[in-house]
Amino acid sequence: MTHPFMTQPSPSLVPHAGLRAAHVSVRYGRRAVLHDVTAGPFAPGTVCALLGPNGSGKSTLLRAIAGLVPSSAHVTLNGEDLSRMSLPDRTRRCLYLPQALPAAVQLPVLEALMAARQTVRTPLPSAPAEEDAIQAALESLSLFGIPHLAMQAMDELSGGQRQLVGLAQALSRKPKALLLDEPLSALDLHHQFAVMDILRRETAAHQLVTVLVLHDLNSALNLTDHVTVLHEGRITASGPPAAVLTPELLRETYRVRARVDTGADGRKFVSVEGIA
Amino acid sequence: MRPGMTGQMPDQHPLMTRPSLSSPAQPSATASLREIRAAYQALLARRMGVLALLGGAILLSVLLDFSLGPAGLSPAQLLHTLLHPAAVPDSERIIVWQIRLPYALMAVCVGAALGLSGAEMQTILANPLASPFTLGVSAAAAFGASLALVLGLHLPGLPDTWVIADNAFVCAVGSVFLLDLVGHLRQASTSTVVLFGIALVFTFQALVSLMQFMASEDTLQDLVFWTMGSLTRTTWPKVALLAALGAVVAPFSFRAAWSLTTLRMGEERAASLGVNVPRVRRAALLRISLLSALAVSFVGVIGFVGLVAPHIARRLLGEDHRFYLPGSMLAGALILSLSSVTARMMIPGVIIPTGIVTALVGIPFFLSIVLRQRGLS
Repeated sequence: MTHPFMTQPSPSLVPHAGLRAAHVSVRYGRRAVLHDVTAGPFAPGTVCALLGPNGSGKSTLLRAIAGLVPSSAHVTLNGEDLSRMSLPDRTRRCLYLPQALPAAVQLPVLEALMAARQTVRTPLPSAPAEEDAIQAALESLSLFGIPHLAMQAMDELSGGQRQLVGLAQALSRKPKALLLDEPLSALDLHHQFAVMDILRRETAAHQLVTVLVLHDLNSALNLTDHVTVLHEGRITASGPPAAVLTPELLRETYRVRARVDTGADGRKFVSVEGIA
Repeated sequence: MRPGMTGQMPDQHPLMTRPSLSSPAQPSATASLREIRAAYQALLARRMGVLALLGGAILLSVLLDFSLGPAGLSPAQLLHTLLHPAAVPDSERIIVWQIRLPYALMAVCVGAALGLSGAEMQTILANPLASPFTLGVSAAAAFGASLALVLGLHLPGLPDTWVIADNAFVCAVGSVFLLDLVGHLRQASTSTVVLFGIALVFTFQALVSLMQFMASEDTLQDLVFWTMGSLTRTTWPKVALLAALGAVVAPFSFRAAWSLTTLRMGEERAASLGVNVPRVRRAALLRISLLSALAVSFVGVIGFVGLVAPHIARRLLGEDHRFYLPGSMLAGALILSLSSVTARMMIPGVIIPTGIVTALVGIPFFLSIVLRQRGLS
């Protein structure tokens, strides 16, 4: 049965390019969270939003793609079969950023980033690999405009600052696919836009596949290239944001009465009038 | 003034501008990066300094521990006995070589073992109250000792002097593997493991009480004395065995330092960064079980060190496990060595069981460091 909102994702120009996950079924105990979901292909160089109400399986889908929950998923990234890789190899290519912020521990931000690389093996300071890790850490902190936090301890930061550190951790590993679980949840309005801007630039510059869970429909409408909607463990719609996010879909998925209007500048925006 | 994070809202609507996190003009970006590197090198140097200070303090404490005692030997006599053991009377040789030296070194070894075990335990269980004492390892060891003392139950083929320690060791290792088993149950979180460990403490304490109730007067005294924790059961083979185990196990702990540091930032985050969390946790638990079980089986219940040493190390050094783990080892060694000194000095002519003194010595030390303003960076 195909859902009326289901549109075929546009086929990519390069065969096998992008991220695709086929037949993802996940159960937590007796409860099935994802029912044979096939997602993607998410094309390189695009920012894709994963939308859906609470408990629809968004986080689980991202975790399954990253290989962090046992599932029957078959996942390929740019033609490589991730399902057969070891966890370190797989996370090096395809990185999941959890929704939980990095814990407030007594660790300088610089070392939090060095640890995220997982490339320094020696317990002794001042190894060559450590110099690389410091370099990458500083680059990534600069990318997010927070090099001045490098020597501050994680437990002295605000939640928003820790979320930025978490994002810097993710990007410092230079993965080919970024799976971000509510990466804007602790950020103020300015930083939400700034981070989306950074993600869009990095995605385009390095031809990343970026999939993020969002709750703000207007951000999804205007700042992403592709939208996938999950509802009760199944994908109910997928395609360009403006085509997918219709009042009918919002009513069925979120049980709200909403309008999608077009502003004077041509931008679309969702306004919610009440619950349906 | 920090650029970036302070509220510099753009004048126009955010959608119209190209938002940026960095401050508008940063001419000295590379200079500030150089400053960060310098600050980081200074932090590393400071941490090395703290480790060296702890090491120096341990050395002093061991010297004090070695030179104090009811026999009232002078430093000259001690040195002479150390250098020329054959040229002194038997009594002095025995005091120096069979009592003072092994006791002083055992305090350091046991303290280091408990400090390292406690630090790793607090990290892998993500709980600041985890330690070999609070999660039942010591209580299990006491139960094992009571089996040997009261019921005469022990593994066959062991010399009498090792029977109690061996029983304690077997039970202590068993308790850690019970913890591990619970950790592998479906949907068991780290707090489940901690709760189960606390349940183990009460269970083994009840069993030890049962043994005490059943024991004859003589064995009761032995058992109560064992559970107080004391260095007086030390022999050279025990010191050697514990030191050797520490020398084998500690490098594996240090090798896991970066994985453990990553684990501190959250289990799911560590996994998503490629850390094999179950494997790291299981390897750490194996190290903890061997090290803490051997330590408590030799000296009995010494509670406070494994709980407090990690907190002292965290406060002095932060949670980079490259420094935190050795720091906790050294802090544990220092606390127990100072306790041993205090145990000799409190009542002249009497050596109080070290386990009694540990908390008395450790608390002021602990409070002075933990309640102080932290000085990480």
